[in-house]
Amino acid sequence: MKLDMIRVLLSVAIMAGVTYFLRMLPLTVFRKKIENNFVRSFLAYVPYAVLAAMTIPDIFFSTSSLLSAALGLAAAVLLSYWGKSLLIVALGAVAVVFVVERLLVPLL
Amino acid sequence: MRQELTFLKGLKDGIPICLGYLSVSFTFGMMAARGGLPLGIIQMISMTNLTSAGQFAGTALVLSGGAYLEVAVTTLVINLRYMLMSLSLSQKLEPSMPRWERALLAFGNTDEIFAVAMQQKGYINGKYLLGLIVLPYVGWAAGTLLGATAFGALPASAVSALNIAIYGMFIAIVVPPMRKLRPVLFTVCISAFISCVFRFVPGLSRLSSGWVIIICAIAASALAAVRYPVDEEAAQ
Repeated sequence: MKLDMIRVLLSVAIMAGVTYFLRMLPLTVFRKKIENNFVRSFLAYVPYAVLAAMTIPDIFFSTSSLLSAALGLAAAVLLSYWGKSLLIVALGAVAVVFVVERLLVPLL
Repeated sequence: MRQELTFLKGLKDGIPICLGYLSVSFTFGMMAARGGLPLGIIQMISMTNLTSAGQFAGTALVLSGGAYLEVAVTTLVINLRYMLMSLSLSQKLEPSMPRWERALLAFGNTDEIFAVAMQQKGYINGKYLLGLIVLPYVGWAAGTLLGATAFGALPASAVSALNIAIYGMFIAIVVPPMRKLRPVLFTVCISAFISCVFRFVPGLSRLSSGWVIIICAIAASALAAVRYPVDEEAAQ
């Protein structure tokens, strides 16, 4: 199938425009401190809620086997529980998944 | 002691995000190249969108000949969470930051950059946030290029392992405060539970991931806000 480049470019512009608009609007509109305590509490918890919803259960299906993903998750939780940095936690999870898939899964 | 929020600290905090992005955008580049998009377009998508799920879905639609409205609505739904995050971030930026600077930095408000920015104590300034955005942006672009050009060169086992990097980052952000703060533990558990309900309950699982994230975030944060209202100092 031959792609119509004008259509592709316009679609890309729409994607970029919509994404930017969503990010830009609240940031430029709400410059004053919100006084309402419920709203402020709510907004303080948003980052954790978003990350939790994006991680669970998706992480279990992020690698080629449930076992390697579960062990990778366990490694990440342990490393971050011990206060390791973002980089160490992320690389630790990657390393565990790699080793498990290379060594363990072929044996099973 | 509080570490000063300099441009350099921003760059440093951005390194792990950059590495995580390399792997995710690599997969994106691979998928887009397999779909037959020219390299220039693929690169342009990554460098103008800077978002994972929205880009994947939008590009898949473009490749299958989706209508403009379909592309717009899909992007809107998947990325609606950014409004919530941007609102949350608006309360974290120095009140003196001019509107143009906010508008500029808004471009880089991705899930990970947002989460790391929110981890800092007190207000954050433009220099720090800019530093935080630079390397992840470079990583996102470079990963796309690598994926689109050398697709298939990386063994499947390496790609599979790299996929978990982004979640590893999420966990590294969430676990330390979960340990110390009960409200965060509560928020995470509620949100993860609702997310599982939407994934595994038949019927509900048809809802797109964009809506699910919004629902989880609103429900869990609202419950936590009712149960554990933050006081003045804790909010900062």
